[in-house]
Amino acid sequence: MAEQDIIRRSGTTDITPASQARVGGVKKVAKLFDATKCNGCKACQVACSEWNDLREEVGEFSGSYQNPPSLSPECWTLMKYNEIEDAGKLRWQFTHSACMHCADPACLKACSTAGAIIQRANGTVDFDSDKCIGCGYCASACPFDIPKISAKDNKAYKCTLCSDRTAVGLEPSCVKTCTTGALRYGTREDMLFYAEKRVEELKARGYKNAGLYNPEGVGGTAMMMIFHDINDPESYYMPKDPQVPMATEIRQDWLKPLGTAGLIATAAFALMHRITVGRNIVEEDQPGYIDAAAEKEEDSK
Amino acid sequence: MTNHWIDIKNSNVIVIMGGNAAEAHPVGFGWVTEAMQHNNAKLIVVDPRFNRSAALADHYAPIRSGTDIAFLLGVIRYLIDTKQVNYDYVKAYTNASYIIREDFDFHDGLFSGFDEEKGAYNTESWYYELDEQGYAKVDDTLQHPRCVWNLLKQHVERYDFKTVSNVTGTPIDDYQTVCEMIGSTHTKNRVATFMYALGWTHHSKGAQNIRTMAMVQLLLGNIGQLGGGVNALRGHANVQGSTDMGLLAQSLPGYLKLPSDKEPTLEAHLTAHTPKPLRPGQTNYWQNYPKFFVSLLKSFWGDAATAENDFGYDWLPKWDQMYDFGKHIDMMYRGQVNGLLVQGVNAINSMPNRNKTLKALSQLKYLVVLDNLSSETATFWQNEPGFNEVNTAEIQTEVFRLPTTCFAEEEGSIVNSGRWMQWHWKGANAPGEAMADSEIVSGIMLELKKLYRDEGGVLPEPVAAANWHYAIEHNPSSEELTKELNGYDVATRRQVSGFGELKADGSTACGCWLYAGSWTEEGNNMARRDNHDPSGKGITPGWTFSWPMNRRVLYNRASCDINGKPWDPERTIVEWKDGKWHGIDVGDFNMKLTPQETASPFIMQPEGVGRLFALKLLKEGPFPEHYEPVESPIGTNPLHPKVVHSPVLRWFEGVRETLGTKDEFPYACTTYSLTEHFNFWTTHCRLAAISMPETFVEMNEVLAAEKGIKNGDWVKVSSKRGHIITKALVTKRLRPLQVNGQVVHTLGIPRHGSHNALIKKAYTCNVLTTEMGDANTGVPEYKAFLVNVEKAEGI
Amino acid sequence: MNRRQFFKLCAAGAATSAISALGLMSDKAYAAVREFKLLRAKETRNNCPYCSVGCGLLMYSQNSGGKNSEHAIFHIEGDSDHPVSRGALCPKGAGLVDYVNSPHRLQYPEYRAPGSNKWQRLSWDEAFKRIARLMKQDRDANLLQKNAAGVTVNRWLTTGMMTSSGMSNESGIATQKFARALGMVAIDTIARN
Repeated sequence: MAEQDIIRRSGTTDITPASQARVGGVKKVAKLFDATKCNGCKACQVACSEWNDLREEVGEFSGSYQNPPSLSPECWTLMKYNEIEDAGKLRWQFTHSACMHCADPACLKACSTAGAIIQRANGTVDFDSDKCIGCGYCASACPFDIPKISAKDNKAYKCTLCSDRTAVGLEPSCVKTCTTGALRYGTREDMLFYAEKRVEELKARGYKNAGLYNPEGVGGTAMMMIFHDINDPESYYMPKDPQVPMATEIRQDWLKPLGTAGLIATAAFALMHRITVGRNIVEEDQPGYIDAAAEKEEDSK
Repeated sequence: MTNHWIDIKNSNVIVIMGGNAAEAHPVGFGWVTEAMQHNNAKLIVVDPRFNRSAALADHYAPIRSGTDIAFLLGVIRYLIDTKQVNYDYVKAYTNASYIIREDFDFHDGLFSGFDEEKGAYNTESWYYELDEQGYAKVDDTLQHPRCVWNLLKQHVERYDFKTVSNVTGTPIDDYQTVCEMIGSTHTKNRVATFMYALGWTHHSKGAQNIRTMAMVQLLLGNIGQLGGGVNALRGHANVQGSTDMGLLAQSLPGYLKLPSDKEPTLEAHLTAHTPKPLRPGQTNYWQNYPKFFVSLLKSFWGDAATAENDFGYDWLPKWDQMYDFGKHIDMMYRGQVNGLLVQGVNAINSMPNRNKTLKALSQLKYLVVLDNLSSETATFWQNEPGFNEVNTAEIQTEVFRLPTTCFAEEEGSIVNSGRWMQWHWKGANAPGEAMADSEIVSGIMLELKKLYRDEGGVLPEPVAAANWHYAIEHNPSSEELTKELNGYDVATRRQVSGFGELKADGSTACGCWLYAGSWTEEGNNMARRDNHDPSGKGITPGWTFSWPMNRRVLYNRASCDINGKPWDPERTIVEWKDGKWHGIDVGDFNMKLTPQETASPFIMQPEGVGRLFALKLLKEGPFPEHYEPVESPIGTNPLHPKVVHSPVLRWFEGVRETLGTKDEFPYACTTYSLTEHFNFWTTHCRLAAISMPETFVEMNEVLAAEKGIKNGDWVKVSSKRGHIITKALVTKRLRPLQVNGQVVHTLGIPRHGSHNALIKKAYTCNVLTTEMGDANTGVPEYKAFLVNVEKAEGI
Repeated sequence: MNRRQFFKLCAAGAATSAISALGLMSDKAYAAVREFKLLRAKETRNNCPYCSVGCGLLMYSQNSGGKNSEHAIFHIEGDSDHPVSRGALCPKGAGLVDYVNSPHRLQYPEYRAPGSNKWQRLSWDEAFKRIARLMKQDRDANLLQKNAAGVTVNRWLTTGMMTSSGMSNESGIATQKFARALGMVAIDTIARN
């Protein structure tokens, strides 16, 4: 089944892009998490697992309400808890932690497998796990530490923003179930409008540092967050200024096109060489020799 | 609830106290966040723990568990002192102006009439002064020294900020803020709602906790209003329905009374429970008691109930004392009980003082457990070192474990806390051979009928008479049963359309008068699904059926003044205009009468007004008073050291020896639910177990440091009744409180421990709790008891 | 990044993207969403059995509803038409499917004999007969017909009943009639505990 709405695809250059004829009229969507309305109930977390047929192992108490301890291949949404003291008043802060669906997704850029990670016209980033080779580039590139590699099948997993629901016109499972209206879903435009109004309301209610988390370093995100204090995203376990890692940028924006051009040039050169000079052998220690295993090891350091 | 869930959006101030809606009723709590965002409402949370409701509150005030009455009486004093009272409402719609008997008195913690030996009151003096016609005397000017208003003022005088703070541990600043926020709703255009649940009922004075709040709401004029009321959130999905069904020791369906020994005849019973009006011209709705009661007897016994045999009155059992769970478990413990049927209750984990319950069950000859999950109750005879230590071979109890359907596998109605009778449909067959509860009960009943028919026996008549005429006798359909609840004309079998049609002559039968109208000749009104809200005020008259008579806001006559003009035009529920009543809801009064004729909104009371003075209805007294929990962390009552706790407690034999003192068990402890779990059911659900895999004990950082306990450490928590071993959660959300010159530390334990489920094996908190409870209801004091804590080896 | 790493990265990037660009990867380069799992599932409306908010549920079961198939429930989510819950469910409700399908659901009537350490299966008929017999024995022996003052009281205290507050009103009234007809007074509901 071809969606034909894929605007970006991993491991791909402009020469053979994904099919994207059906993007006309598709609006960018966004999920908005309002930490100031969240009661930390975990409905989103459970509904995510239920809809996606995920069952993590039953763990144990480890000093926090946060369970399981982290996102995993079988836990794509996780509530996180923090006790903050703000001007002498205690605040119990909750974070709905799941894929941010970056506009400029580091995972997709880092992924070298064609089509294993895609970005749809609506802005969501989805994994086509069947294609995943488990290299882990996405996980190490993600500034939010979202993708997780399964020990069972060596594939990367994360929130799809319920692409199987949104494709048929339903909201994501987490959003539908949210008990307090802390999660909302709609067009990005509507969510930005709503967020702006909400931040104003919060300021009027005394949260003078309230603000929207929609980090520019990753081109903005399709999951945005409203915080009591936008100056302190770390207290929500979110990075202050997330970026696509430099190495990923270099590979995606510079090396890949260069590589493609190079390969074509090389092929042309080789042809010429073959015609004019004859066979040659590339030595192991020379640039151009490919050793994927060594590369992976290098990367994980 | 007098109101309903959606109505919370109409509130201006929301007080969550004695409950934790964000955790225990998260979706209902969604209406709190709705009110905060769209009605600029303020949320106050008062709780020993900074919980998930507090996380969203505008103001959180800590309180020592078990001191809510002191807290609220202080609010009343503040409201009266600062004149933040809706005087028009109070004068017209409460008994503030009623004059109390001269011999009524209160001093040193005791009301008049206390009998030290019996530990009970002679309540004679707790009553109005009556005139020659039997009507209560009133003084509309509120000048009479013995009118309720002046007695109340005098009663709460002691509860100044300092005293309250000294008892409750709530810092004065926090307390004052709460008082001011609540007080702001005394105006006619502002309304507060109180949301409470088991955090108020699970005390040795639970009923008085709730009553004190109801008094606050009366003073502010908040009852009968949109966005106001007295709102019990309620625990289980059908708590409301189960109590409506009279599944209590002294009840019958529709809050009719199970007769007592003192009512040997039907006539005596009806006389005792059919009140005379206490003021002229009252609706006095309970005057209809005989119609409801006789119709119930007709529903029970069918054709066997005749005028000649008093409609089978003698066949009803009569009580001599309250045989609630607590009493009956105590009887089991003493070997006085042979059989127990447990229908969907994990008794061994849910009841207080688990070690006692375990011994009690072990004494039974037979135990029949109807459940859809394998609970620890049915397997109480299985030895489980640490968690359930028994000698299996010595337990001579025959145990039956009968599988039941769950909600998804049956149709029927359950009633939410807003009194909505919601019909649900069957989506799948039950696993294996599981049966509906009603089918199992019918199976046993039909077998008993057969045995009595074939063999005779003691008093076979009611067994034979019990009305079990269903199309398929052993499996009554939900439709048949619910139509019986609605009521019908006996001769024509026509469904009644409301309880106004019920008669006391045996010509109508009705299983629960309050449910009349739920399934009429028009069909099943509970299955209606029109969610239209024409007024925009959250009243959806076409969605299900709300008892009584599809009314959504009880006492809604109180939303207008005596002339039928709404206190606040923005909150109009009913209104007298152009010579008649209009409304967005069914009026809780006779809408054919004029405003003046209906100006007594509390129609279930024989005087038609709300009671600031409760007369003889509650055992502790007509006014609430602060008493310490049975196990008090301060060991005294700063208000009256001679009367430390409620003077009318029920003391089972030997129970005194099971109570700890603060010297041995210096820390207060409370128990509660977490949002991830529902009692013990969800411990059998994988998804819930993943999201909260194990229980723990919460404690503050100061105590943890004192005891050398770090977050995640194993600890032993012990009470006089037993101990549990669990892990510590060290948190800022609990904090030490300054009380009566000492520091009180509170520990908190979630109640979801289970050793036989999908979560990690854990002790239930009820190893620690006491069976001592409320004198009116028998509900145990799960929320306030004493423990000690120390580091321990893991399990 | 040192020079050698830079070269290696260059090389790897060049090679992988070039290979895929030339269509040498065997996988289809199209991404598809997971098929929508509720497409023709039977939808039934219900209410959450946990707390008293009474949230609306949509339950989805396998198969068409035809007579030859068993309709197991495989997904439950909130009913957006419900005026209180408007589609929302708390974590307990969101996980309801694991209650319906819990491995700990009871399947058959079972019996534990005095002193025994195991369950044995029995038929419903055997269960009803045995339970009714035990109840009758106890009732016949212990029903108190008159109290000390000679008043007819007809109460049976040696057997009692603890009842659920999760069951429907319809099961509730059956229990009420059953228990009172037999003379039980020790009846309570877990509503309060």
